[in-house]
Amino acid sequence: MAIPLSRTLIVLPAFNEEQSVGAVVNEVFTKLPGVACLVVDDGSRDRTSATATLAGARVATLPFNLGVGGAMRTGFRYALENDFDVVVQIDADGQHDPAGVTALLAALDDADIAIGARFAGEGEYKVRGPRQWAMVVLARVLSRLAHTRLTDATSGFKASGPRALQLFADHYPAEYLGDTIEALVIASRAGCRIRQIPVSMRPRAGGQPSHNPFKSATYLGRACLALAFALIRPRIELKGEDTA
Amino acid sequence: MSSLSITSYIFGILASLITLAVVIEMLRRRRLRERHAIWWLIAGLLALVVSVFPATLVWAANVVGVQVPTNLVFFVSIAILFLVCIQHSAELTKLEEQTRTLAERVALQEMRIRHAESRLPPSAQSESDRSSE
Repeated sequence: MAIPLSRTLIVLPAFNEEQSVGAVVNEVFTKLPGVACLVVDDGSRDRTSATATLAGARVATLPFNLGVGGAMRTGFRYALENDFDVVVQIDADGQHDPAGVTALLAALDDADIAIGARFAGEGEYKVRGPRQWAMVVLARVLSRLAHTRLTDATSGFKASGPRALQLFADHYPAEYLGDTIEALVIASRAGCRIRQIPVSMRPRAGGQPSHNPFKSATYLGRACLALAFALIRPRIELKGEDTA
Repeated sequence: MSSLSITSYIFGILASLITLAVVIEMLRRRRLRERHAIWWLIAGLLALVVSVFPATLVWAANVVGVQVPTNLVFFVSIAILFLVCIQHSAELTKLEEQTRTLAERVALQEMRIRHAESRLPPSAQSESDRSSE
């Protein structure tokens, strides 16, 4: 049985997204009737909060910028306090199609985390050079850790079921790349099952990811560092569960 | 210690006394917490002992096998600075984490307040508007 939309909270971390956030919220409500939508305004300096409120979303406004990790942890806490079972993260820039949420929710039947992946066949999205190597390395290591084939570990399009929610409300990392790489490491080491679902992505409103080789190399370095530290940190257990 | 002139002897003692005086005065005025001051206190005391009794430095250098005693001074100074820096970085990390948690809680509580206010009857709403002004 799939989780009903009424028990699902869509979380949109938004930093200076007044241009797109209203449209994304509207699209969420149109394509997913009955769902609750929380926009976490991550210390924006524009009218992100006002636009999101006007579009009918619930809005949490952070007093200053915390990054995607901090914004998402706010979302997870809100979900826990307000009795939601599932949190689905959607980017406020409109690159994720809310129609894909249904597939993610269906995948949660036998998983704790469902990742909407770019490279799993649908949509066209190409990267090259160090950025691509970084993604290949990440995919390999995380796939082995999660005992499933993951190709797009850094996707922000994710659904987290009740067990993952419990874990993330307290332990969602807020460092750079923590919300993607380390979150998956924490979850799989705590025993969460992870699945990947193919979704198509739209071109980002803010342009393509950088192809500057130095920036890409820096990204590769930081990603590997983030992964290495995530792996050597103490394991976090799920509360209220016996780990045999 | 023939190379040690009387002026540099006094200069060494004065410098370590001033260091200690500053740290202790800041502790006394609660401008510095003990756990942050501990390394500075240790450094000041060591400096005082070595400047009053230079022979202790020579003895300590012999014990650990350092040929030039001043090198031991540099080594210990750098070690203490290193410890202080590490401690500060750790404290900063902790503070950042606490600030982040507070920011998240503030955002969620603001939501609850706004929600609660929107459910008040109109008369009470103008009341709360007036009291907040």
